[in-house]
Amino acid sequence: MRVLSNQFEFMLTDTCFHCGEDCTTAKISHDDKLFCCNGCKTVFEIFSENDLTCYYDLEQNPGTTPIEINGKYDYLDKPEIVEKLIDFQEDSTEVVSLYIPHIHCSSCIWILENLHKLNKQVLSSQVDFPKKKVSITYKTEYFSLKHLVELMSRIGYEPYISLENFGQSAQRIDRSLVYKIGIAGFAFGNVMFLSFPEYFEVSEYWLEQYKPVFRWLMFFFSLPVVFYAGRDYFKSAVKGLRSGILNIDIPIALGISVLFLRSTVDIVFNLGSGFFDSLTGLVFFLLLGKIVQQKTYKFMSFERDYKSYFPIAVTKITSEGKEENTQVYDIKRGDRLLIRNQELLPVDGVLMSASADIDYSFVTGEAKLVTKVSGDKVYAGGKQRGNAIEIVAEKSVEQSYLTQLWSNDVFRKDYNPKFQSLIDKISKRFTVAVLSIAFSGLIFWLFYDASLALNVFTAVLIIACPCAIALATPFAMGNLLRIFGKNGFYLKNTNVLEQMADLDVFVFDKTGTLTMNKKSDISYSGLTLSEEDKMVLKNSFRNSNHPLSRELYSFLSSQNIQDSESFEEHLGEGIISSYGDHTYRMGSAKFVANYVEDSTVSTGVHVSKDESYLGKFEFDTIYRTGMEPLFQSLDNHYKLIILSGDNEGERPVLTKMLPKTTQMFFNQKPDSKMRLIEKIQSENQHVAMVGDGLNDAGALKQADIGIAISENVNVFSPACDAIMDASEFYKLDKYVEITKKGIQIIKFGFMFSFLYNVVGLYFALTGQLQPVIAAILMPLSSISIVIFTTLATQYISKPIVNK
Amino acid sequence: MNVIYGLLAISILVALVFLGLFIFSVKKGQFDDDYTPSVRMLFDDELVKEKGDDQPKENSNHQPKQS
Repeated sequence: MRVLSNQFEFMLTDTCFHCGEDCTTAKISHDDKLFCCNGCKTVFEIFSENDLTCYYDLEQNPGTTPIEINGKYDYLDKPEIVEKLIDFQEDSTEVVSLYIPHIHCSSCIWILENLHKLNKQVLSSQVDFPKKKVSITYKTEYFSLKHLVELMSRIGYEPYISLENFGQSAQRIDRSLVYKIGIAGFAFGNVMFLSFPEYFEVSEYWLEQYKPVFRWLMFFFSLPVVFYAGRDYFKSAVKGLRSGILNIDIPIALGISVLFLRSTVDIVFNLGSGFFDSLTGLVFFLLLGKIVQQKTYKFMSFERDYKSYFPIAVTKITSEGKEENTQVYDIKRGDRLLIRNQELLPVDGVLMSASADIDYSFVTGEAKLVTKVSGDKVYAGGKQRGNAIEIVAEKSVEQSYLTQLWSNDVFRKDYNPKFQSLIDKISKRFTVAVLSIAFSGLIFWLFYDASLALNVFTAVLIIACPCAIALATPFAMGNLLRIFGKNGFYLKNTNVLEQMADLDVFVFDKTGTLTMNKKSDISYSGLTLSEEDKMVLKNSFRNSNHPLSRELYSFLSSQNIQDSESFEEHLGEGIISSYGDHTYRMGSAKFVANYVEDSTVSTGVHVSKDESYLGKFEFDTIYRTGMEPLFQSLDNHYKLIILSGDNEGERPVLTKMLPKTTQMFFNQKPDSKMRLIEKIQSENQHVAMVGDGLNDAGALKQADIGIAISENVNVFSPACDAIMDASEFYKLDKYVEITKKGIQIIKFGFMFSFLYNVVGLYFALTGQLQPVIAAILMPLSSISIVIFTTLATQYISKPIVNK
Repeated sequence: MNVIYGLLAISILVALVFLGLFIFSVKKGQFDDDYTPSVRMLFDDELVKEKGDDQPKENSNHQPKQS
């Protein structure tokens, strides 16, 4: 299918003008530009015909090779499916928002927002870059969602539509925290203005006259702060008291209410100006801390289940032999299903076709194909590679072997109930200490000078309000979260960081986690291959879609590309091709040399020429770079375990590479992985699970922290607490080290704020707390804590920062 | 000095208008996407230039020179 036209030797780089890939497989020139394949060239042509070449001016090589989509989106012809996908529909206008994993640069935004130039039925489109989503409004006259999706796929922006989108109503975004900050900030600023004249205690006539107005205005400004913005602190305090936990929100709620009541009493009885400035400032700073702590990665989800992997519809073969699209949830036992190339098996079933090559890399992380023959059981989650196959469903989607995992209770609970954050641990002691100081102050002054007793009591509660303490954790952790995220380690929330500092055991999945997903080490053993042999082999592999063929194709160095005279692919067995007088066979041992190979050893492709055996290409798994030093370093502090779904084949290699104390378990099923983690946890150990595939989903969820390793973070990873870019894997020990230091920083922050509290308590207990002192001390302590934690976390995270 | 009541009322009113605008814009989702608009505003020039360049899009195969 590839046409080779004149090559451009004078081009400086041989990268595709459209997608930026090296043009190793083919060089197509068009309009003075070099393309790696016809697909990329076609996209360029579409753009240049529509005056959209600006696409290439904004960024270099922004595109991606479009993939063939024949029939893939036929299910979008069904109105009942379309209805569930679109956001809005009226008369002949529809609005849909689609997730497009390829969105990555400004060119992407530009082209997607100019879709209306490619098709007049598209009225407008708007990209949300952080979410990698585009919202498109289009007319349905002579146009449909299917046409739209096909148009986008043709230009290399194929949307990702999965079962997850199905019937998913637009989620409501909770913006109440922003409103609260807005209101608290508004009140804080205005109250500051109004209380400013009184800071200097000047007794001018006009000031005296307007004092009541100013004070009552401050009172009204603080009402929404206490009753709306600070509402969550009261709720949480009440919740804590009910369940018998003295959480940090109790002293905060106490502080807020005492501040409000005392200030109100002060102005009612004209005793002073009250502490409304401190009150509004306190709530404002606390809320700021809350928002800093929330760092969300909009384009990734930590809550995925099988639904985001599974298709919405499949092709069913009716009893009359007709093909019909059917919704995945409607598949019943006994249905005949047609699974095309690259389609996912949605249910467990029995293979009807002669043979199938199934790619379970979604499930296991293993990129090698599994060959099945007629009558074999095939499991949901695999992808068919090669010709279309037919299966008979045995179970419904929810009851399939893989999807059953999600009916386990682990997936229902949302948080780890045993986990107690650092702040919860100290808040108990803190609350007790503050209350006892306040009460002893009260008792002392009752005897000494009863008129000041209540003043001192409330002053202690005001000044000891743990604003700085409550800010240390959010700012330190929030900043670490951001730094980690910038370097490719994305955490769900700050609790994960705290838990990461307190681990005992690291459990690793092998395939896809410790090993690289795609690249494998290819070696050839046997008779030396002549240039002609190499050329023929390369050409034969070029014609085959089998992943091993693709790898061998890029492995063989022969430059001469010619089509072989005859080419025959035997699915699941091998290839026969002839060139000149010679016939070559390449494929499994049985196919090439007629003997059965021991499958526990590494995978191989055998080659023979004219019935005489030439040799064998061997594929060895490659472990991730830096795995050995990482294990050595982790071994000093943690117990290490490897869990693998594979057979014992790799055990000797791993024992040689890894510390002797590393335990290894092979032939593990998804639920046995989960149970093993549960067992370790029952021994009161904190476990981190590092995995990648869907088969680790249970274990990732069960573990105290589940870290999913991903070679491309835009692609899907199972539900977990953290997603790590595979290139960062070797730094895992450093990340853990930094979180430990982060906890130290928080503890230092606590000490700082205690010092401030001691100073404040001196003023409070001696009965000289003036509103202006509180108004200085409170922001001062908060701001210095914020600066300290931010700078310190920046400093400790130096070792992981990518330059 | 009664003017101070009027001034106070006005200043608070103005502040409240801004607060209202802020809440309104948050509610409308204007702060949801803090990246794309910053890129989008840079596109406008190119669009204008192109529209001026050639109106009939279908037939003209005009291609800007590229390096």
